[in-house]
Amino acid sequence: MKNLIKSLLAFSFISVILNGCGNGGSTNKGAISGSAAEKVYVAPGQHDEFYAFLSGGFSGQLAVYGLPSGRLFKVIPVFSVDAEKAYGFNEETKPMLTTSYGQIPWGDAHHPDISQTKGELDGRWIFINENNTPRIARIDLTTFETAEIIEIPNSAGNHSSSFVTENTEYVVAGTRFSVPIPQRDMPIKDYKGNFKGALSFISVDPNDGNMSIKFQILMPGFDYDLSHPGRGKSHGWFFFTTYNTEEANSLLEVNASQNDKDFIAAINWKKIEAYVNNGGGTKMPTKYAHNLYSDKTHSATNTMIKEVLTVNPLDVPGAVYFLPTPKSPHGCDVDPSGEYIVGNGKLSANLTVHSFTKMLNAIENKKFAGESYGIPILNFEDVLAGTVEQPGLGPLHTEFDGKGNAYTTFFISSEVVKWKLGTWEVIDRKPTYYSVGHLMIPGGNSAKPFGKYVVAMNKITKDRYLPTGPEVTQSAQLYDISGEKMELLLDFPTIGEPHYAAGIPADIIKANSKKFFRLEENKHKYATKSEAEAKVVRNGNEVHINMTMIRSHFAPDNIEGIQVGDKVYFHVTNLEQDYDVPHGISMIGAETSELLIMPGQTETFVWEAKNVGVWPYYCTDFCSALHQEMQGYVRVSPKGSKVPISFTLDGDAVDAE
Amino acid sequence: MKVSILVILASLFLISHCTDNGKKEHSNANVIKKESSIQKNTTAESAVDKGIGPITEVTLGKIDATLAAKGKELFKAQCSACHKITKRVVGPALAGVTDRRSPEWIMNMIMNPEEMVAKNKVAKELLAIYIAPMANQNITKDEARALLEYFRTKSTSSTD
Repeated sequence: MKNLIKSLLAFSFISVILNGCGNGGSTNKGAISGSAAEKVYVAPGQHDEFYAFLSGGFSGQLAVYGLPSGRLFKVIPVFSVDAEKAYGFNEETKPMLTTSYGQIPWGDAHHPDISQTKGELDGRWIFINENNTPRIARIDLTTFETAEIIEIPNSAGNHSSSFVTENTEYVVAGTRFSVPIPQRDMPIKDYKGNFKGALSFISVDPNDGNMSIKFQILMPGFDYDLSHPGRGKSHGWFFFTTYNTEEANSLLEVNASQNDKDFIAAINWKKIEAYVNNGGGTKMPTKYAHNLYSDKTHSATNTMIKEVLTVNPLDVPGAVYFLPTPKSPHGCDVDPSGEYIVGNGKLSANLTVHSFTKMLNAIENKKFAGESYGIPILNFEDVLAGTVEQPGLGPLHTEFDGKGNAYTTFFISSEVVKWKLGTWEVIDRKPTYYSVGHLMIPGGNSAKPFGKYVVAMNKITKDRYLPTGPEVTQSAQLYDISGEKMELLLDFPTIGEPHYAAGIPADIIKANSKKFFRLEENKHKYATKSEAEAKVVRNGNEVHINMTMIRSHFAPDNIEGIQVGDKVYFHVTNLEQDYDVPHGISMIGAETSELLIMPGQTETFVWEAKNVGVWPYYCTDFCSALHQEMQGYVRVSPKGSKVPISFTLDGDAVDAE
Repeated sequence: MKVSILVILASLFLISHCTDNGKKEHSNANVIKKESSIQKNTTAESAVDKGIGPITEVTLGKIDATLAAKGKELFKAQCSACHKITKRVVGPALAGVTDRRSPEWIMNMIMNPEEMVAKNKVAKELLAIYIAPMANQNITKDEARALLEYFRTKSTSSTD
């Protein structure tokens, strides 16, 4: 009873406070929230200042938001099928999800990173890694569609990925789980000393962005957690955090937390690149998928590659060093100048910052503390630039504002902490709601951050939104970081569990955004570029329909001569040549998704004729005032019927004049 | 106002007529009748109405057969989904369009259809009859000129 009274008292007290705020308007709190609202308000018809690409985590996709409004514009399907856009359902995109393990409809999307030129965001492509079945995708930022997916062999839990070097020479994919390489049947207890961790360097063609695995470094069997490129003075190096340097294989939460320090692996990739360019490395038989989508054929192709070039780090002296870093570091972040490498030791009370210059000096003076599997270990004190003392609990990730400040997330104490590079003093801290993981400043992983906002991505949402049953939305929070103190401006919900994000000023990419595909450039095998080319062709029990769509009819609309047991391919071309006039199509009983076809594009779905009758199909995307009239019928006759193939529009053969 | 009521009545008549008979010849005849009534009311205006858009002046010479042939190909690819020459489909039949409209009006209607159906009197009346707004196919000026040349070969005074 006493408790009840206490609760009631507390409740009344809170109510008083809430009422006070609500009535105020002139109170301090009211004034602050008023200005926060103004800062995130983007008037109707106006555009946001930044694009933010938030990984969809276990949704497998990449979500596109505007900042500062937090409005969701598009979910780009990458590693998971998407019925809305027919990704993975239409015949054209099925090859995108092919892997050496077969056709995989789902992925775990983690760390998006935008392509760079001379260390600055160029906005051509965005890369993102898939953790579970190791893959890297490239998304074209003119179409906002997945253009390429490459599988990573010898990798497992593709987590320390997909970060680019300062001219997008490489996108990097590191394994989280070490495994036997090549895979073989062996006792798990023999992990230590036998498993290996592959760090893959995937070259990116500067013209078309096409990826190919240049080499894989086969490292000791640790867990490679995250990575970031060197830049400026440290361009040519890549840094990976490791944990489980204990090489435990069971109950890792205890057994992989034994060592006082794990490592940051510093990789001189330029040295290894020169080594392989001179014929170094060992070609190893393997199998991995390389999937490429063309917006000329509007189709994807899958190629299985049978070989990968591996490099033993001991064969390239001076290419790999270990920097001792306390307590299972997670994020591995490099400041815009390239001098500081932050190891976010997730079980450490302090934040460790290494100096690139000191690292080079120690290497030059050959001052080593020892070695691990033949790889030199530098002395912690020799490479340490400084320590941020007791900034919070559970540091995970750090980003930079380009004005000499760093911002670190603390998972356990649920806060973002701003601190100063060089002096290591804490300047400000703001709570997050709750348990923040990653954070993102547009351009935060580049030589030129745009330090106006930071987005915090939280792992736990609890009571921040209207409840939606046991599963509640994922959540991001936007802070203004233009002043000395951070200011929380906005909560907004996100899809999946966003791991990392990448942001970019909208002006860098919005002018390049494609409005429609030119019909004359359509090289799809079944493109139908005018109604006169529409046709229906039987080939055994396959029937191929070359169909067109325009506001608001299909050509042909009525098709006869289909028989039970036929497999009917609808190859549908949208003849529109204007912005934002997609059409959709689906057919009763189709065991697949609708198609959503952009102007000038061709897509295909398959429909199996199972029952005699006359079966309708229709446009699924409201396209004009006469959208409801956009439909057609397929007549299905018994197998062996004498009804010939015919196709008409308005009762006539489809023709031009 | 009178015109729009007439148009609505005519459209209703046309739709029900269509449904009853399912014969497009009849509906075509009605549409053509309706169109010519617009024409009759506005003949003087139509002849000089250049429409709204990027085209202000077109000088016509003798029909250029090469240009017309290019126009015919463009017509097939970009226009024929909605327009035929001799019959109404989604939009009007285009035989004789150069007799009904100025060259500038035709090119502006091709290149700037959104503004035309919103602001130009004749285009607005046509929209009321045909309901489906003219699609913008992002036709260039040169392409629109080629289409015009092709339409000239389909004029009632043409021997083509």
